Amino acid sequence: MDPVAVSVKNLTLRYKTTLAIDDISFEVAGGELFGFIGPDGAGKTSLFRILTTLLVPTQGACQVEGLDVVKDYRQIRNICGYMPGKFSLYQDLTVEENLSFFATIFGTTIAENYDLIKDIYAQIEPFKKRKAGKLSGGMKQKLALSCALIHKPQILFLDEPTTGVDAVSRREFWEMLKRLRDGGITILVSTPYMDEAEKCDRVALMQAGKIMKINTPAEIIKDYPHALLSVRAGDVYPLMKELMKYPGTHRADTFGQSVHLSFKKGEIQPAELQKHLSTKGHTNVEIEEITASIEDCFMDLMTIN
Amino acid sequence: MAVSSENIIIVKDLVKKFGSFVANDHLTFEVRKGEIFGFLGANGAGKTTAIKILCGLWYPTSGELNVAGYNIYTQREKVKQNIGYMSQKFSLYDDLTVFENIRFYGGIYGLRKKEISERSKSLMERLDLSAARDKLIRDIPLGWKQKLAFSVAMLHNPKIVFLDEPTGGVDPITRRQFWNLIYEAAHGGTTVFVTTHYMDESEYCDRVSIMVDGRIAALDTPEKLKFQFNASTMDDVFIQLARGK
Repeated sequence: MDPVAVSVKNLTLRYKTTLAIDDISFEVAGGELFGFIGPDGAGKTSLFRILTTLLVPTQGACQVEGLDVVKDYRQIRNICGYMPGKFSLYQDLTVEENLSFFATIFGTTIAENYDLIKDIYAQIEPFKKRKAGKLSGGMKQKLALSCALIHKPQILFLDEPTTGVDAVSRREFWEMLKRLRDGGITILVSTPYMDEAEKCDRVALMQAGKIMKINTPAEIIKDYPHALLSVRAGDVYPLMKELMKYPGTHRADTFGQSVHLSFKKGEIQPAELQKHLSTKGHTNVEIEEITASIEDCFMDLMTIN
Repeated sequence: MAVSSENIIIVKDLVKKFGSFVANDHLTFEVRKGEIFGFLGANGAGKTTAIKILCGLWYPTSGELNVAGYNIYTQREKVKQNIGYMSQKFSLYDDLTVFENIRFYGGIYGLRKKEISERSKSLMERLDLSAARDKLIRDIPLGWKQKLAFSVAMLHNPKIVFLDEPTGGVDPITRRQFWNLIYEAAHGGTTVFVTTHYMDESEYCDRVSIMVDGRIAALDTPEKLKFQFNASTMDDVFIQLARGK
């Protein structure tokens, strides 16, 4: 595996009375597509702001490409690209003006690194004379990524690039990230969408300033400690309430029209459950054994931590 | 179940133009009383425009609209009194306390002092927020804010509540608890009109409409939509519609 691109040891960040990051440690290897998955308040943005040298940690040591985030901040700024969670391009400049502005502050030109952004920028180039403020959500996101890439960074930090973006644009965005990763750029990306975890090489599941688990998505799923059934029967809420009361139930969570029922292996027999639900008046009961999703794992970890 | 055959929102040929741009292109649909109606679409498909018109904030260019029994052209104030609205940003005041926010919105909706104090007490009890009565909004967790924002939108017992991406950014457990509140509200007879980018949530809706380029490209129950598009999830249905335009 490639050398370490990011190293974080015992990092803590405190804002007055709030502990935003609570003693976390991890490493990201060069060329990895690494995801931070968690809701608002998990500490994702604070972590990215520390790694991009915009915030100074309260405690702990962080290195980006071997450089210290406090001491060597100038060098780090030259080698990393950052796409903040809030759209932070100039709304009153055009698409082209924004891109050329970011190229200029890093002492380069659009022409020099055009190859790197071609795939992404080509999709918004027809609108290059349009003001950034007038772009749709998906287009803004592509422009912001182009601006973060224009100085050919070694490492990219993308803070919730897909939040509030529709399902189609989200899918396209992840395809772009995979192509960039295949081109050799290390990518750290955060997201509140659990289903995006599987698009990453490795993920850190975060909640309330802590990392609950770090691994490949496949390994995290393998570690899921319970047996899991998907249960369907007409109306999902009465079904969920019924399953919560069922002896042996660990959790019962709605997933669309089905309920995921977790329990200790052997404690619930699907055939008995089927009979029980029928006697309680549930019709068209369908029960199926399933493997956990990252969302199942996340909720389970939340209840432990 | 709680969904009745009575229509609480009736939209016929709604058109909204901005100059030559057609944001809403002949929308026609009905929402039934007590229904959870999912209003989906890609960014820029025209959802927000339609919601603003349904809430009486913008006039349509043309079309017939009746919301909560009132005409959207001539009885806009009546419409506003009979609907609740919760945005993504929650619209609570960060520097007011939990109780002050409730009192403020109660006042806006024209509730009497006595009604405000009664309803805020029962509301805080129901949400388990009594201990946080005098805490500033900025100091309470996101999940609490979200439940409070929803309840504030329901304070004046509206016939319809509009929820614009209410679950963005919250953890998966809180997200499910929130849908429990939605479900209970609908079973109590309130119609819920909701937008979301989480496709699994669209399956909690009684019916779902999907907008593409200013038009309603599909409208049915999640089951029937999945069948119609030969898809196993609503995510697939959505992708097929939005990509195939």
